[in-house]
Amino acid sequence: MSDRPIISIHGLRKTYRAGEVEVHALRGVDLDVQAGEFVSIVGPSGSGKSTLFNIVGGLTPPTAGSIHLAGHDLLGLTDVQRTELRKTTVGFVFQKYNLLPTLTARDNIMIARHIADKNGPLDPKFEEILQLLGLGKRMDHKPRALSGGEQQRVAIARAIVNHPAILLADEPTGNLDTENSVAVLGLLRDLNQRLGQTILMITHNPEAAAYGHRIVRMRDGRIEAED
Amino acid sequence: MINKLVVENLKHRPVRTLLSIVAISIQVTMVLTLVGLGAGMVNEQARRAKGVGADIIIRAPSNSVITFSVSMPAKLIPAVIEKEPHVTAAAGVLLHGTDMFSYVTGLDLTQFNKLNGGFKFERGGPFQNPGDVMVDSYYASEHKLHVGDKVPILNRPWRLSGIYETGMLARLVVPLDTLQDLTANTGKISVIYVKLDDPARTREVIASLKQKLKDYQIRSMEEYASLYSVGSVPMLKEFIWVVIALGVLVGFLVVFLSMYTAVLERTREIGVLKALGASPQYILNILLRETVLLAIAGSILGILMAYVTRFTINQVIKGALIQAIVYDWWPITAGIALVGSMLGAIYPGLKAARQDAIEALAYE
Repeated sequence: MSDRPIISIHGLRKTYRAGEVEVHALRGVDLDVQAGEFVSIVGPSGSGKSTLFNIVGGLTPPTAGSIHLAGHDLLGLTDVQRTELRKTTVGFVFQKYNLLPTLTARDNIMIARHIADKNGPLDPKFEEILQLLGLGKRMDHKPRALSGGEQQRVAIARAIVNHPAILLADEPTGNLDTENSVAVLGLLRDLNQRLGQTILMITHNPEAAAYGHRIVRMRDGRIEAED
Repeated sequence: MINKLVVENLKHRPVRTLLSIVAISIQVTMVLTLVGLGAGMVNEQARRAKGVGADIIIRAPSNSVITFSVSMPAKLIPAVIEKEPHVTAAAGVLLHGTDMFSYVTGLDLTQFNKLNGGFKFERGGPFQNPGDVMVDSYYASEHKLHVGDKVPILNRPWRLSGIYETGMLARLVVPLDTLQDLTANTGKISVIYVKLDDPARTREVIASLKQKLKDYQIRSMEEYASLYSVGSVPMLKEFIWVVIALGVLVGFLVVFLSMYTAVLERTREIGVLKALGASPQYILNILLRETVLLAIAGSILGILMAYVTRFTINQVIKGALIQAIVYDWWPITAGIALVGSMLGAIYPGLKAARQDAIEALAYE
């Protein structure tokens, strides 16, 4: 781990308009995450953790405050720049896996490379990661032929194929049974320990949260506590 | 990679893809059949005109290539044409329309036989009486006619005197005098065919005749046959434009609906692609490529179906309509299919490209 935070958030606010009502989803969040850290964010529904996830992932702009991510100032980014950020700096893992149903596991990974303008064969290091994920024989199957655990492992492979600075995981075990949850969380910890992958994980599950180096608790759009 | 996604997307909903292709192909077939019918009829007329055996054709001023509504005096033949050096024979014929594409032709057999040695009869023979008619074998088989039968033309019955080999001048031939009287064209003819002692002198004779018959359309048979085109059939061009417009509209509607439902169905996938860093152009590109593929497949199927319509027309309506395969219209109809389809893909494509990633990812 280095001393310089890869994610640096200060006084972050996000206000949505839902009809004529203003919703204050984030009310001043401060958070630093070091490179190579595995941070779990927990909190009840409506605590603002998904909004934080979306802002850090460049899916939506913040309203106020400052947020720096791997050297990028996210506050003033245009849509095009946020698209570029998602392409180069962030990888997503979702609760519902979100694989493209028409493509095989391999092509789901390859399309992420294609979008990032990286064509040609996978590098040997990534092939090793695929071995680590235990997907060898299932790579030419489409998502409907894969179990939930396998689909989530493919989604993880897709998220890290372009070597993002930050891996964002939103309830990655939310749809999995205990056995597959343990496997997926173990995998995330392996990626963090072996490759130094920075991970920010949102979860409801305290057992899952315990896999992180530290747990950030959110409530009502603020960080309530850190363990 | 993107092409793989495009193909897989199309394969994912085979019925929707197939229906889109079939709908696009129908408009391609429609245009190809219509143009093919026009070309087929026109080619047939050109072939029959060549079969006359003349070297020069003279037509009254201001007739279009395919119409013969304006007539000229028959006395031009003895007064001018037969006096021209190198002319060995000249025959005047009168054409009178029976329906949109058919004419009955009145001719003087004595004059006409000098051009090419006369008709070759398969059954029966030349006119015996003023009320006789001769038809070609195509017309006879189409209408199941036999020598001696009564043939109704211009609201009166004619006796069939003979059936001749097809490919010569016309399908229906009656005596010139009778047709002139019947249509109030006494002493008038529509076309004069001229035969020379040496076809190499055609240009020279045409130049000389043009001095004497100012404003008349005087052409070699070769040149005349080459003027036949779909564009020379009155109203056909306009009708083709209407069908093309309908084609573009059909392509537009089909692809619009197909792509619109595809975009709705794939909302979540579009969100995933955006989360992976796909730009709006990337998303639009996927949908446009799908559309191009549908248009190409529709065009190929449409071209194949044009062969089916030709076969059907030849089997069901023997002889009356001839459909040509119009190769030069293949790229045109494919272009029409593509334009209509692309227009249809624009709105769904933009909708997809502008989709908000977070909303799309939350879509159930």
